[in-house]
Amino acid sequence: MADVLAYAEIRDGQAGKAAREVVTAARTVSEELGGSVHVVAVGGVGTAGAGESLGAYGADRIMVAESEELGLYQPDVVTDVVARAAAGEYAAVLFPASAQGKDLGPRVAGRLGRGLATDVIAISTEGGAITVQRPMYAGKATATLRFTEGPAIMTVRANVFGATERPGAGAVESIEIGSAEVRARVTAFEAADRDQLDVSEATIIVSGGRGLQGADHWHLLEDLVAALGDQATLGASRAVVDAGWRPHAEQVGQTGKTVSPNLYFAVGISGAIQHLAGMQTAKVIVAINRDADAPIFGVADYGLVGDLFEILPRLTEEVRRVRQDG
Amino acid sequence: MNTIVCIKRVPDSATRVKIGPGGSELDPAGVKYVVNPYDEYALEEAIRRREAAGSGRVTAISVGTDAAAETLRQALAMGADDAVLLKSVGSTDGFVIAKALADEIASREYDLVLFGKQAIDDDNMQVPQMVAELLGLPCATVVVGLEIDGGRAVAKREVEGGHEVVEFSLPAVVSTQKGLNEPRYPNLKGIMAAKKKPLEEKDIALAASTLELISLEEPPPPAAGRIVGEGADAVPALISALREEAKVL
Repeated sequence: MADVLAYAEIRDGQAGKAAREVVTAARTVSEELGGSVHVVAVGGVGTAGAGESLGAYGADRIMVAESEELGLYQPDVVTDVVARAAAGEYAAVLFPASAQGKDLGPRVAGRLGRGLATDVIAISTEGGAITVQRPMYAGKATATLRFTEGPAIMTVRANVFGATERPGAGAVESIEIGSAEVRARVTAFEAADRDQLDVSEATIIVSGGRGLQGADHWHLLEDLVAALGDQATLGASRAVVDAGWRPHAEQVGQTGKTVSPNLYFAVGISGAIQHLAGMQTAKVIVAINRDADAPIFGVADYGLVGDLFEILPRLTEEVRRVRQDG
Repeated sequence: MNTIVCIKRVPDSATRVKIGPGGSELDPAGVKYVVNPYDEYALEEAIRRREAAGSGRVTAISVGTDAAAETLRQALAMGADDAVLLKSVGSTDGFVIAKALADEIASREYDLVLFGKQAIDDDNMQVPQMVAELLGLPCATVVVGLEIDGGRAVAKREVEGGHEVVEFSLPAVVSTQKGLNEPRYPNLKGIMAAKKKPLEEKDIALAASTLELISLEEPPPPAAGRIVGEGADAVPALISALREEAKVL
């Protein structure tokens, strides 16, 4: 019971950040326990190659089920394959806390008749039992939970465990897809009009609030995001989503997404407690607001007081300049 | 069409979290409790479908203490027809709650089981999927669009960078996300009517948990930051702080 199973989410035929981070987290746990890392990947043609690349991040055994019909995420099939793989003797089973991982993990846990810890930010193996920490109340509190029976099933939050190259044995084997009953079929993926990173995945977030005074002014934030590079994305406060200026997918806070990027810009956001809960674990927070007494300055590492319509173009220009200079 | 809507009593999102003396629970003093905001989308969806069809029942179910009866009354005031309180102390282990709900749901006649995508206290986001597994039902989570025609349904679920389209037959489990509809506020007539609607209370015993809550802590207060300056002229100072101090640029 020292081995750890990681579910590798394959997107567009690639083992991306979500997959590499979950394997890295699994490696850390299995090294403490003296076991190895097994990976299960289910997807369309090409999944084996994507899975194999995870050997570099510590995967010892990579179990792959691939077929043409699995190019789109099929929850019933994937649940069946992963639950069968997880029925082995594992100390822990890890999923990414992505849209797919948060859908799939509970299905597998339900199938195995076990509890699941969501959005885990720390894992300890002290004293033989697996103990985890996770945010509750959108980050207003941190819970410590202990698994009293194995396997410890969890989803792990993005940007917390990192993706570290540590070669494992990397042996790929093919496993049965089986004949699970397909109760619900995913028939299409419809890409959003805008091609941008999700707030839960980005390492830099530029969030706008009511201080922007209207959806028309968002180009100021879009320009800053573009200057910050391809790991940056747009976020929004609840007020502007409720006003219809921005889509809900961008909302950061207790009724939106809870995020932990390296750098978070809060622009024209006063800092309601439900918003602070969703972003206060960002590593570095920059607040730009006209009101020097706004609560957002209480959590910000760096504050700029003033008119965001004057500050933003200058900030974008300076960011562009320093990034060009390297 | 009969719809079951599972709801949870949670602290309002404006709540400042203070940990109680036991070290593993919220200090309830001064906390305002509400219907979990995501569950309101589920309730609204069920009520609209009943109104459009002119038939069917909407039943609200909650696992919780006596106090959750008040939350169920709010669901009745919005427009649910009847309610069931599965009385217990509750649990932070979603699987234990899913089992209690699945046992109750299995004893009823229904076409659709709706949930909010997650409760804003535990943020587990797992009970709907687990209930679907326990009942062997089709399941779509984080749904922002739902069309039902006869016994067939098409849902749109929110994922990174877009939506997945999911097709399934009823009965099914669906968890709802902001964007699906605009939940109504209970009006005075609804509130008065709710007092007379049936609310059944059952004592239940929860299954043993394999995931124990050890402690709950408030996160450390953020390290004191500083105001870099005022206006656009302070931008270079901010840039050098981000590059040289914080090393994030």
